[in-house]
Amino acid sequence: MSSELFMIVPSAFFSGVIWFLALVVSLYLARTPAHYSIRALSRVIHNAMRLSAHSIMHAETQLKQRNKEVLLAQGREASERIIEREFDRIEATVRRDLAEYPAIHRMLTEEIDRIDDDYKDSTEAPPNPPGWVKAVEAVAKIPSKGDPMVANILEDIHGSLQKANDKTLVEYRKANQVRHNYLKNMMPHWRKVLNLLTHVEKNVSSLFTRSTSIDRHMDEYEGILKRTDRSEQMLSSSSMTQFFISGIVLAIAVGGAIINFHLIARPLSEMVGGTSHIAGFQINTVSALVIILLEIAMGLFFMETMRITRLFPIIGALNDKIRIRLAVVFITILTFLACIEASLAFMRELLMEEDAATRAILRGDSASIVAQSSYLWITTAAQMGMGFILPFALMFVAIPLESFIHSMRTVLGVAAVSCLRLLEWLLRLGGDIVKFTGNALIQFYDFIIFAPLWIETMIKHRQDQHGPLGSPEQSHAHTDTNIRG
Amino acid sequence: MLKSFAHIALLSGSLFLSGCSDQASYSKGVYMLVDTSGTYTTELTQAQRIINFTLAKLNPGDTFVVARVDTGSFSEKDIVQKQTFEDRPSMANQQKRLFREGINEFIEDVKPSAYTDITGGMLQAIEYMNEAKSGIKTILIFSDLKEEIQAGYNRDIPINLEGYRVIAINVTKLRSDNIDPVEYLDRLDSWRNKVESGGGQWQVINDLERLEPIFSS
Repeated sequence: MSSELFMIVPSAFFSGVIWFLALVVSLYLARTPAHYSIRALSRVIHNAMRLSAHSIMHAETQLKQRNKEVLLAQGREASERIIEREFDRIEATVRRDLAEYPAIHRMLTEEIDRIDDDYKDSTEAPPNPPGWVKAVEAVAKIPSKGDPMVANILEDIHGSLQKANDKTLVEYRKANQVRHNYLKNMMPHWRKVLNLLTHVEKNVSSLFTRSTSIDRHMDEYEGILKRTDRSEQMLSSSSMTQFFISGIVLAIAVGGAIINFHLIARPLSEMVGGTSHIAGFQINTVSALVIILLEIAMGLFFMETMRITRLFPIIGALNDKIRIRLAVVFITILTFLACIEASLAFMRELLMEEDAATRAILRGDSASIVAQSSYLWITTAAQMGMGFILPFALMFVAIPLESFIHSMRTVLGVAAVSCLRLLEWLLRLGGDIVKFTGNALIQFYDFIIFAPLWIETMIKHRQDQHGPLGSPEQSHAHTDTNIRG
Repeated sequence: MLKSFAHIALLSGSLFLSGCSDQASYSKGVYMLVDTSGTYTTELTQAQRIINFTLAKLNPGDTFVVARVDTGSFSEKDIVQKQTFEDRPSMANQQKRLFREGINEFIEDVKPSAYTDITGGMLQAIEYMNEAKSGIKTILIFSDLKEEIQAGYNRDIPINLEGYRVIAINVTKLRSDNIDPVEYLDRLDSWRNKVESGGGQWQVINDLERLEPIFSS
């Protein structure tokens, strides 16, 4: 019925041709406004998309700037913490080691005085042979010339001289021995001096190492303050690494928390019952979750009070006395909760045994209960141990959590920038596609009405040749303008 | 002063908890009808196994009732054992053991009944379970489903089984069923129609290995 409406003449083919011609003529007549509409529409969409892309680019730049600010602020804070810690260490070293320096100096002086005294003592000259020895020697050299009396006298003189020589030699040796003893006594003093100097050298080189480390951190800190690109890249890379590492450690901690949860959820049903529900969850499981979260919170606060983490500046800003008292309170509560967990773990084992016994009775199989009981103490002890240890292990979640939160700001910022960049690219691409689609549509429009356009060109060409409208160049230009709309 | 402050704190705490607590019932209620008529008493050992299995599967807060099906079963007197298990698992375990002992005594002393009033038993089950307000309500029928009503008893009444799951267990074939299986199939169909027209779900489990899934939901 509906197809008959389009039948102008009986033949479907001729009807189609007539309709096509009517369409072509209509399109030819509506060519200029149609071109204008297509171009206007494509331009509107293209411009809207470009404007959106530009706006997103602006937002991306602002976000990048914000990310840089956050990154540099975090880096500055971290560097300040590290430098502060290094200075604390240096202060401790100086206070510990250089405070001993006057004592070391006094000891060194004393040792050097002793060495000096010993040295002086060791330089004392050995006793000289008696002064008459030379005279006696001269007399002894007088030839006796066969006179027995002279010979006897000379022999006596020789004997006396020998005796004097021997005595001198003994005294000389004694004196030398004393000098050697002095020198020998110097040895421990030398060693002591050497030890003291080694100690001083170690302290000085420790300070030197620390100062090198501080120099490096100061360089980084200066780079951050100068907002160099290298510092930004370094901090960004460090944040990414921190994010993934802390994420992995947190995942491990979540595993620990799940084990902990299963350890206490069952026995808690003995205390709070296992039939009531809160928001669709059994009350004992909710209680177990609350206990674990409490433990984590206590651990977090403890780490804060110990100034290991800095998630809550208000805790870190407390005076030392209150802070230490709070730390004691938090660790006491944590220990108390750990003890509760250990006892719950013990209770869990008892309940499990009772359950197993009941099931065995219901199955009519009581032999299996006796067979199992010999090694159950191991699992009981292991469960109790885990119940006690896990709360303390979860306490250390605070460290990766802090890293995760801090690095997450950077990572989320980078991800948001990437998303904005992608969106911007898509908008630009979409805008260009719309623009070129508009041009293509105009070309396609002209392609459909190519026949009247060709006739129009021919007529205009002929008119140009006969000249009523002006020169052929002007006519061509006019036709081109018409075609382009 | 301190005491009144403690009272206020307790009251506000309990109000907060009652506000948070979930009022929907998550407990299971199982009412088991055990046919004690005629030759079916020989199957009671099997019923004992199913009861023990059910006891093992039920949790604290669940309700379990075992009732016999005899001449007139629409009566509390036919309830053999009933228990809503305590919140505390240790107490629930003790109750399960006592329940089992009660069932053992019943199985030892049971005497066969002349008639089989399953419909009366089901009416009693519905009445009890509606009072118990269990979340998931199941009626187990341990019977060959051959109902024999004593003259004068009216059991041709509609049963409202909305929210109930009725499971026929161990539906043994009678000698007549072996001769004409259509009789057996018709019996099952009539019970299916009765349950489903009452708004309940019908299921037949003859292989006891398949009992496990019904308690896992």
